[in-house]
Amino acid sequence: MARYLITRAWHSALTLLLSTIVVFLGVRALPGDPALALAGEDRSPEALEAIRHHYGLDQPLPIQFAQYVERLVQGDFGVSIRTGIPVSSMLTTAVPVTVELSLLAILLAAALGVGAGVLAAVRRGRPAEWLANGLALVGLSVPHFWLGLLAILYLSVAAGLFPASGFVPLLEDPVGNLHHIILPTVILGAGLAAIIMRQTRSAMLEALSSDHVRTAKAKGLRPRAVITRHALRNSLIVVVTIVGLQLGGLISGAVVTEQIFGLPGFGKMTIDAVFQRDYPVIQAVVLLTATAYIVINFLVDLLYSVIDPRIRVTGDPT
Amino acid sequence: MTVLTVPMAEAGPAGTSRRTRVLRRLRRNPLAVVSFVVLALAAVVALLSPWIAPHEVQQTDFAHTFSPPGTPGHLLGTDDLGRDVLSRIMLGARASLQVALLAVATSLIIGVPLGLAAGYFRAWDAVISRFTDLLLAFPFLIMAVGLAAIRGASLTNAAVAIGIAQIPGVIRVVRSDTLRLKSLDFVAAAVVDGASDPWVLARHILPNATSVILVQATVAIPTAILAEAVLSFLGLGIQPPSPSLGTMLATAQQFAARAPWAAVLPGVVIMGLALAFNVFGDALRDALDPKGDR
Amino acid sequence: MTTVERAGTASAAVGTPVLEVHDLSVSFTTEGGTVSAVDRVSLDLASGEIVGMVGESGCGKSVTAMSIAGLLPDSARVSGSVRLEGTELVGARESVLRRVRGKEIAYIFQEPMTSLNPVLTVGRQIGEVLQVHERMSKRAARARAVELLSLVGIPSAGKRVDNYPHQLSGGMRQRVMIAMAVACGPKVLVADEPTTALDVTVQAGILQVLRDLRDRLGTTILIITHDLGVIADIADRVVVMYAGRVVERAPVTDLFAHPYHRYTAGLLAASPTPGKHAGTERLQEIPGLVPVLSTQPDACTFADRCPAADEQCLDSAPALQLVRTGSAVPVTGHLAACWHPCPSPRTQPQETTA
Repeated sequence: MARYLITRAWHSALTLLLSTIVVFLGVRALPGDPALALAGEDRSPEALEAIRHHYGLDQPLPIQFAQYVERLVQGDFGVSIRTGIPVSSMLTTAVPVTVELSLLAILLAAALGVGAGVLAAVRRGRPAEWLANGLALVGLSVPHFWLGLLAILYLSVAAGLFPASGFVPLLEDPVGNLHHIILPTVILGAGLAAIIMRQTRSAMLEALSSDHVRTAKAKGLRPRAVITRHALRNSLIVVVTIVGLQLGGLISGAVVTEQIFGLPGFGKMTIDAVFQRDYPVIQAVVLLTATAYIVINFLVDLLYSVIDPRIRVTGDPT
Repeated sequence: MTVLTVPMAEAGPAGTSRRTRVLRRLRRNPLAVVSFVVLALAAVVALLSPWIAPHEVQQTDFAHTFSPPGTPGHLLGTDDLGRDVLSRIMLGARASLQVALLAVATSLIIGVPLGLAAGYFRAWDAVISRFTDLLLAFPFLIMAVGLAAIRGASLTNAAVAIGIAQIPGVIRVVRSDTLRLKSLDFVAAAVVDGASDPWVLARHILPNATSVILVQATVAIPTAILAEAVLSFLGLGIQPPSPSLGTMLATAQQFAARAPWAAVLPGVVIMGLALAFNVFGDALRDALDPKGDR
Repeated sequence: MTTVERAGTASAAVGTPVLEVHDLSVSFTTEGGTVSAVDRVSLDLASGEIVGMVGESGCGKSVTAMSIAGLLPDSARVSGSVRLEGTELVGARESVLRRVRGKEIAYIFQEPMTSLNPVLTVGRQIGEVLQVHERMSKRAARARAVELLSLVGIPSAGKRVDNYPHQLSGGMRQRVMIAMAVACGPKVLVADEPTTALDVTVQAGILQVLRDLRDRLGTTILIITHDLGVIADIADRVVVMYAGRVVERAPVTDLFAHPYHRYTAGLLAASPTPGKHAGTERLQEIPGLVPVLSTQPDACTFADRCPAADEQCLDSAPALQLVRTGSAVPVTGHLAACWHPCPSPRTQPQETTA
């Protein structure tokens, strides 16, 4: 297991480094003078010169990169062009919102998806399966921002059940917080739930027809034990893999959901930055997303080794 | 003897090729047929839309803004600038399909060779896997954000961003199938016969990997359609006034109370296209399953 | 020609009958039509005996075995009777069958790697049976699991109990399966091709374990295999199956000494025997293939491959009966379903060209 984790850690670190390089080069790939791009209101030659000096734009690239990394490590993501506020403090307010939204969405999607997937697999051939399958297909095909729009239209504006937009921090007012975040969570989680449901169902179907489930039945175990201990546990390996791969989609989804529901999170920050050409923010956002994704994937690999003893003991997933 | 024998699943009349068998299974599946018909219709409409759309998409008519569906001359009503919704939907669908196909084609053109190489040559595998990891670290939206920041937002950039984001999926699928095929005897036979690596890859492995590639494509297209919708909704894709289902929804959001149909209809079309592709993709995957008729 | 006499239903029993299968028939409904897998099979297992069930792939032996404890999928239609010490199992409620499975009737299967759950330790898997049927605590179950592992000959049982299946060799995994099966002291152990997936050297060890279990615990064993060598090694009695029917039933030495059914004779002739075919004689195949039947006809289903077949064979199905050849005294317990059984102790059927 140690060898497995070390290899994974090494890969993750490498990818992180490469991502940082890509992001670093991104700003430098802008057409025209990077200093202009990074300048705010003040475009006087002195201001530009100061920027050049600060970012080391007249230095060779490797040195610039080293400076960049040095600043990153200290938590300095630069300063927003539009507001002049350090990007890091923008992040401190925005990230928790997105994290809360994403976590809740994942939990919802996992609970719903696994539950529905198991149900569909166990009730093979019966109406429940067709219903679950159909719902999952629709869940996969529906544009979620559209669903969000409709939800706001009919549930918020028309019926007044939920607030149409806005956010209340968790610590200030838990109930209000929940009230604001329920609708976005459901919208965001729906797509992921559909994917999880299909993967769970297909993995369960395969597990249920496997030899070791036949053995479990031959031992006289009750159906619930057979399903949970012998089929589901083995299917989870597949499900965890797929979910890990879908997390990128979740981040994208969070961006859109925040935009529609007006949640002041990471996603909204990103979109605003793009339209305002706020490059330091864009750079920070892209890098942070990549980092988050890499770290999460590493954690998923860790989770893998917990679930599958074949990996834990020998480091070989076969 | 009067015994009746049950035919084995895979036996067909002599000379039944795999393709005929797959097609036969598809034809027998009602869902596959329906979804295929829907897709064919959509393709025809989309392709011919510039000529068969009832109105000019840019034709504004400030006297008749927000007309509801059923207004004479405007089957699906008009939007905030008096433009015909039906025509805009038709051309918007066309644009969606354009972007989706462009994106998927990009991902296949780049991904398939990389996947083959990664599966076949151990040395390349390490490098390509790291490259894949790198691509995976950037979700398509973030990539689109980056591209839009550097090169501006447009249909092409949207397609490129989506295409690049789909490359890891293609590589993974092709690589895993290549690994499986590589270990089969017929490849060993070819190598023993003196076939060179490119030959083996092109003539033996690639043709056998087409089914997984096909399945991957049918899964990727609806994802791309949805992705394009998101991008244009956010303003990172097709730019107004070019018709796009996503931008239509963005404007509809503002005027939702006055013209709810404008918020509902484009979404229905997006969903319909994606659903048809997903259903057909499922049916195709079942038909290609070598485990026999079920 | 040979005369055939009707036999009584009781064959030569070693002990009291533990499992009585009577007129068991199984058919499956598939998309391609109905498949008749088992046709009116009857056999009895007496306490402490090892009965071998032999036949080619597709003859219905595994289906028969699985149907005993009701382990067939829902698409199976089962009729007839299976009585375990008097209790009828065919058509019994699922809760009744679940109590029987693992406790009274236990199974071991062909592929030990895939038949064991890869994510649970072997100790846990053995303990499961004990916890469910004997209501043992987890700790007691684990201790008993260690004992069972030693019983089946696994060294360092105390350490092995916490191993996962992939950490054990094929032979050891099969021993684990056996330990799991006998954990609750079942009356009947059904072994479906237990040695087929194992190396020849390992096979002998597994068969020895089974033999020990019968000797020490008095377990009745039904062993299913296509390997005549295994039958010769371990079985007391043999049942030969063809296309879903029992075609011959005999004590093992009698079967090998003088098979009566043409199919059995063909099987024996097709098996390589050391010294017999040394460079001179060809192995004799049975021409043709085992049929997959939709319905069971009133005829001998082996007739189209049989060198001795005639009109009578196609007209009506021969019953499983004691065989009397010429003036020889019929061997008790040796029955065959053949209109023209092999005439003498010789095992050579007529040579046929394919």
